[in-house]
Amino acid sequence: MIDEQIVNIPIDELHSKVSELKSEGYEMLIDLTVVDWYRKRDDRFELVVNLLSLSRNKRTRILSTISNEKLECKSLTDIFPGANFFEREAFDMYGVIFSGHPDLTRILMPDDWVGHPLRKDFGLGKIPVQFKNAPKV
Amino acid sequence: MMEEKEDNNTQGSEYWATNAEQGGWSLSSTDEGSQKMDLEESSEELEIQMGKEVLDDYLEGEEMTSEDERMIVNMGPQHPSTHGVLRLQVELEGEIVRRVKPIIGYLHTGMEKTGESLTYSQGCTNTTRMDYLAPFFNELVFSLTTEKLLNIQVPDRAKQIRILMTELNRVTSHLVALATGGMDIGAISMMIFGFRERELILNFFEKTTGLRMNHNYIRPGGVAADLPDGWENDVQEILEEIPKKLKDYDQMLLDNPIWNGRLRNVGILTTQECFDLGITGPSLRASGYEWDLRKVQPYSGIEKFNFDIPTLEDSDVFSRWRIKVLEIHESLKIIKQAMETMPKGDYRIDDKKVTPPPRKRLDESMEALIHHFKLFTEGFKVPEGEAYVAVESPRGELGCYIVSDGSSTPYKMHIRAPSFCNLQALPVIMSNSPIADAVASIASLDPVIGDVDR
Repeated sequence: MIDEQIVNIPIDELHSKVSELKSEGYEMLIDLTVVDWYRKRDDRFELVVNLLSLSRNKRTRILSTISNEKLECKSLTDIFPGANFFEREAFDMYGVIFSGHPDLTRILMPDDWVGHPLRKDFGLGKIPVQFKNAPKV
Repeated sequence: MMEEKEDNNTQGSEYWATNAEQGGWSLSSTDEGSQKMDLEESSEELEIQMGKEVLDDYLEGEEMTSEDERMIVNMGPQHPSTHGVLRLQVELEGEIVRRVKPIIGYLHTGMEKTGESLTYSQGCTNTTRMDYLAPFFNELVFSLTTEKLLNIQVPDRAKQIRILMTELNRVTSHLVALATGGMDIGAISMMIFGFRERELILNFFEKTTGLRMNHNYIRPGGVAADLPDGWENDVQEILEEIPKKLKDYDQMLLDNPIWNGRLRNVGILTTQECFDLGITGPSLRASGYEWDLRKVQPYSGIEKFNFDIPTLEDSDVFSRWRIKVLEIHESLKIIKQAMETMPKGDYRIDDKKVTPPPRKRLDESMEALIHHFKLFTEGFKVPEGEAYVAVESPRGELGCYIVSDGSSTPYKMHIRAPSFCNLQALPVIMSNSPIADAVASIASLDPVIGDVDR
């Protein structure tokens, strides 16, 4: 029903592929996120970019693996300015560096936060919560 | 020297309200304009007085002041017009906003992380708390994504109940947007009205789901319960009341000169800017581009219904306000059709692995007891894979991306939140316009901070 295609490409070609798709009529970058394949795959992080073509009513999802040695990829903000917040979120939550991003800072977590919370090795309940009048364990 | 001073004093006492700085001393004119009424006013003048034609009061092109006359001011996070805890760093030059930076994260509670440890049947309790003004949409998009991964089809009645509830939810959400938007601009009665009408629908939600917000009603496999007895009467009452009230709003605001003056030609967001920044929903439609996922990529059987997509050309704050009123009318059309053609049948899928057995079966069937136990302790397993499903929420495209590793909890659960993305438009629509318009611009985007921060 929904015309959707999934493309797997190497991370080096991501930037050129996205700009190529934009010239083919994909007007919007809808979503950008990272999946952490901790201990499941050799290269841990996978970047997921969702593009939407409004004129042709199509969706394309681009998956590309980021290598462990260099957690870095080229920023898409020069093609789609709307990638700004998504890339900041991906940096904040997974620690992936987007080179060429105008303002790559934490977006949801406090500036002095240590670690990247959505990584699989960042445990739930790692930070103790303080309750008033709670008995000391 | 003394003479001059005396001169000024006498002039001041005699002519206390004249255009003294121009040097003209006309007895007939005061600072409040001519006291004589024009014999005939041109249609253009009348339109300006009625607020239909608004002269843009952008102050761009005036000579720049020096750097040290600029100042950076914080707006928020605790500020009533920021719709929650949105903080804006605003660089002001006199009264002109030159730069804006939205700073978010004050309501971040790590819902995506929590979602990775909740089973698929618990997942809706989590997602429903994201966009707290449109909770049904969050539940719907999570359920649709799970069902896509499970490759199951829910019964027709469940689909139609979902449409009924989400469209009612769109009405409540837009009513809040109109209400808070009105309050920000100074139309306090609009705030009272919007929340009053919303209450009518919230009462129906409470009757159906047990809660006014955060319902956890739409679940993977169908909905939690059937509609209550006599639900048609409640929906009928909503369908009769809301259009009357919308008429009242129009009478109050549509030709109101202050409303027009505050909203027209303010905060322009063109179609191209929407494309570049990824902005969807009412803001895109108010810029003249017809795009609604309900029409182009229909979900949950919404393609059966007969409704239109309103678009407006002006792409200013006024159109973004107006488009929400028009969308309420279209949603009411869908609700009416959904009520009239509600199919009979089961309200959840007849699949023992997904749907818990009815309560009374637990006493008689061992197998039902085991299924019940397994579902509520372990949850159902979802095959490996990944899926992205998007629905048209009141704020734009709401997407859910789930990666499953074959267990009963999502390996990754990501929500593409429309408010999060739409906030990127704030610097575009606020910069180089007066600070007085800033609040109107924020309100027109209708951000929900729960959705922004997740």
